[in-house]
Amino acid sequence: MKTYTNTGNKDTRSGFGAGLTELGQTNENVVALCADLIGSLKMDDFKANHPERFFQVGIAEANMIGLAAGMTIGGKIPFTGTFANFSTGRVYDQIRQSIAYSDKNVKICASHAGLTLGEDGATHQILEDIGLMKMLPGMTVINTCDYNQTKAATIAIAEHNGPVYLRFGRPKVANFTPEDQKFEIGKAVKLTDGNDVTIVATGHLVWEALEAAKTLNERGISAEVINIHTIKPLDDKAILDSVSKTGCIVTAEEHNFLGGLGESVARVLSQHNPAPQEFVATNDTFGESGTPAQLMEKYGLNANAIIKATEKVVKRKN
Amino acid sequence: MPNTQHLQDLTTQVRRDILRMVHKVNSGHPGGSLGCTEFLVALYQDIMDRKDTFDMDGIDEDLFFLSNGHISPVFYSVLARSGYFPVDELNTFRLLDSRLQGHPTTHEGLPGIRVASGSLGQGFSVALGAAQAKKLNNDTHLVYSLHGDGELQEGQNWEGIMYASANNIDNLISTIDLNGKQIDGATDDVLPMGSIKAKFEAFGWTVVDIENGNDIDAILKGMAEAKSLTGKGKPVCVLLNTVMGNGVDFMMHTHAWHGKAPNDEQLAIGLVQNAETLGDY
Repeated sequence: MKTYTNTGNKDTRSGFGAGLTELGQTNENVVALCADLIGSLKMDDFKANHPERFFQVGIAEANMIGLAAGMTIGGKIPFTGTFANFSTGRVYDQIRQSIAYSDKNVKICASHAGLTLGEDGATHQILEDIGLMKMLPGMTVINTCDYNQTKAATIAIAEHNGPVYLRFGRPKVANFTPEDQKFEIGKAVKLTDGNDVTIVATGHLVWEALEAAKTLNERGISAEVINIHTIKPLDDKAILDSVSKTGCIVTAEEHNFLGGLGESVARVLSQHNPAPQEFVATNDTFGESGTPAQLMEKYGLNANAIIKATEKVVKRKN
Repeated sequence: MPNTQHLQDLTTQVRRDILRMVHKVNSGHPGGSLGCTEFLVALYQDIMDRKDTFDMDGIDEDLFFLSNGHISPVFYSVLARSGYFPVDELNTFRLLDSRLQGHPTTHEGLPGIRVASGSLGQGFSVALGAAQAKKLNNDTHLVYSLHGDGELQEGQNWEGIMYASANNIDNLISTIDLNGKQIDGATDDVLPMGSIKAKFEAFGWTVVDIENGNDIDAILKGMAEAKSLTGKGKPVCVLLNTVMGNGVDFMMHTHAWHGKAPNDEQLAIGLVQNAETLGDY
């Protein structure tokens, strides 16, 4: 089984910041907006290097979304930065009308997504944002898994003409994907080959899926782990090809099972190749205060949860 | 005094277009449209420095954003009669497969529209963003926007209004259609806003009053003054006092025609009051 090495824990939001810094040097049309969270979003470098292209909008997310839509008129490529909660739910109608329906080339970059935001609690831990964003026609939805991939995705989305929701997080997590990777929107990345089960994971759950696969391998279950960094458009073919071989699937995400990656996968399977599926996701609930590790354990979003779900789904075959 | 006869003629023709468009589909918003007819005619025919062809980025020309998108009839008529698309296309207003959606959108590619509007309160932010893009592009042209007075009840406006002065966005002229009416009645009854002028001034804007916002000469004079105040470090707001339903006597001074179309008889009366000038579509 192919294994991956953690080159050292890093936060995905710093990958975003590094990608934005690089874009500042390579693409003069890239502008950045932030709603009073420059440090949290790691936008300091871009601000320092390109003050004329950086816009501090204050605690006014609705205005930020509209400003970004307006800046595309004239050829700018705006990257907005705030927490995932304030990037989506708070400004849903602004995104819907001024960006998505108006087909504006805005990159909505959202940090502190999901439970791993930690101690601030459920007011800030959005677990519904993937669903909100994937329902908007024309919106591309990306949830990256580590620092390197977040940096690569940040750079890649500047080249994509259309609205994008880029979701990443707060904690330092394993950094294991290649530093020089080419990020292809909508293209799933197969991480391990396996015959008994397909595990598709997104965001912070990808590393957990790899950890689970190691244990499962020792227990005689061969898992094919796929990193679905792009939830929309979904790589239907990668999922169907894998499930046609393994016959069952586990989906894993730091999100509500309603509206998340799992439901998108279930749609693809039900249309083309119905197969047993188990969901590793939150179960229609809000989060709470705690450390990221405590929360991921309590709400069943780690390698152990993926192992349990896998053993269950494999038994459901035949 | 400039010769404004062609603007007067066009205004009358646009009124006819508005009445006929909403009558045909028995839906749409004639009241606010009629109230802003002189303003939009003057803006597109005289005030704005714009190109003949439409390009989304609008580099090196003035831009306009309609925030109160429900007055789409007047917007569509003025755009068509300013050459952005065939006047005959006004026939398709609100019909299936039309580019003239109930509220303005970019989705169907209608030339002249740069952002969807209709969900209220979003136009300030978009206009401000476009104004900042112009500054980044060293484009000295102006951005114009129009907003309803009732629309100012939406909180996002005030985020944008605060941001504009804080960032010295002085290449923007935002006009408020002060007709004192909204769907449920007078703005002073629905949610009194006090002095809008004092609010804008408190937020650091320069305010220009146009006391008769249905008089073309007054509009040209007021907008010339507004233009002269741009480039001085502050955003400029124009308070345009209008009469809802202007030009059709039974539609004037009431909110009843905010979102209601005339019947056959009412249409006939309205058309008699606005005789054909430049040719119906």
